[in-house]
Amino acid sequence: MQESAYSFSLTTFSPSGKLGQIDHAFAAVAGGSTSIGIKAVDGVVLAAEKKIRSELIEKESVIKVAKLSKYCGVTYAGMGPDFRVLLKEGRKDAEAYRVRFGEECPVSEVSRNLAQVMQEYTQSGGVRPFGCSLLVIGKEADGKPGLFQVDPSGSFFAWKAACVGHGASDAQSYLEKRYEEKLGLDDAIHIALLTLQESFDGKLTPESCEIGVCGGKYGSEFRRLTMEEIDEYLS
Amino acid sequence: MSNPFTLNGGTVLSMKGKNCVVILCDTRLGSQYETVSTSFPKIFKMNPRVFFGLAGLASDVITLHHKLRFHVNLFQLKQERSMPPHVFSKLVSTTLYEKRFGSFFAQPIIAGLHDDGSPFISSMDSIGATTEPEDFVVAGTGADYVTGACEKYWEKDMEPRQLLKVADKCLQAGVNRDAFSGWGGVAYLITPEGVEKFDLKMRQD
Repeated sequence: MQESAYSFSLTTFSPSGKLGQIDHAFAAVAGGSTSIGIKAVDGVVLAAEKKIRSELIEKESVIKVAKLSKYCGVTYAGMGPDFRVLLKEGRKDAEAYRVRFGEECPVSEVSRNLAQVMQEYTQSGGVRPFGCSLLVIGKEADGKPGLFQVDPSGSFFAWKAACVGHGASDAQSYLEKRYEEKLGLDDAIHIALLTLQESFDGKLTPESCEIGVCGGKYGSEFRRLTMEEIDEYLS
Repeated sequence: MSNPFTLNGGTVLSMKGKNCVVILCDTRLGSQYETVSTSFPKIFKMNPRVFFGLAGLASDVITLHHKLRFHVNLFQLKQERSMPPHVFSKLVSTTLYEKRFGSFFAQPIIAGLHDDGSPFISSMDSIGATTEPEDFVVAGTGADYVTGACEKYWEKDMEPRQLLKVADKCLQAGVNRDAFSGWGGVAYLITPEGVEKFDLKMRQD
């Protein structure tokens, strides 16, 4: 009850130094379906589990992995509508960068901008924090692949392999065992799917997951894999 | 008050060589035909590999330089890397076009080296329309005269020392025919090994 007395406004600290709303946002993320990112030597991959609530939903219309710019892609765990707002802002920032500097926005810059947006929603009045964590992949300024996690608090980290969502802690220990420094992109995609399978109820199908890649045999541009391509990795 | 582009005078030139570039300017600052100062260089070092020359109205030269310095430093701090020359060129272009209907009275020239050692030069008009030619770029009140000399003396794939010599000759040939430029000059020779600065010896009249 003490804590809830300070949850009327997220911009107010509780006496213990906590911002209750941000903790709640992390709880929303922890309830979301799992997403994974793995960086390889020659590229980087995103894999996301898709929860379809009903057989009647058109499965192709549910999108978890999205393109941010030519060389960058993003996925999330948590609230879908909040993700859509961040995606829109991320795309706008990346495009503004491209127009201004005449080169594609590096993935670290995209992530920093998204983290900036998310931080502003922890300090502004009349708003709530975003209920999702992001995994951003893409090309760095030096051409190397990059993977970043951005949290509702506004903090962001570069990872070799990262996961967010309800299966994150299990997936992380699984990835820590599986990850190698000299991983190729194809191996990384396999590991990502194996990690998803670990926390998935039943067998993973092309309808129940999504993959986004950049680098390796897919070329440096970001691309979402088709159902047929995912099926090849699953069989 | 005549034309703001020619009020203070001044000329800038940049030339491409083999894995090197040179950028030069005169050091005169005038008020129409009256020479006010002979120590007004128009070339600025934006980072160790990118140099920026500005010819035109002196107040706009200073303001534009400060404005771009701000963005270049911010870029360096945010991304922890030096801004490459082609990116700087685009930044100058967009910065100028932001003031499309109240433009800065200055014409920029950019010279630099890419990470792989290949040379980059560009020039643009006062609203940012850019050209990136293979040979040389010129701006300022003596531009027409310097262009003529450059067309005669520029050759493909010149070595650093030869490039400096030719560029110096071309600048002086042009500047000595222009009443609004001269009174000393500065040159920067940019090679993969580093940057050398030269004070040019020239007529003082």
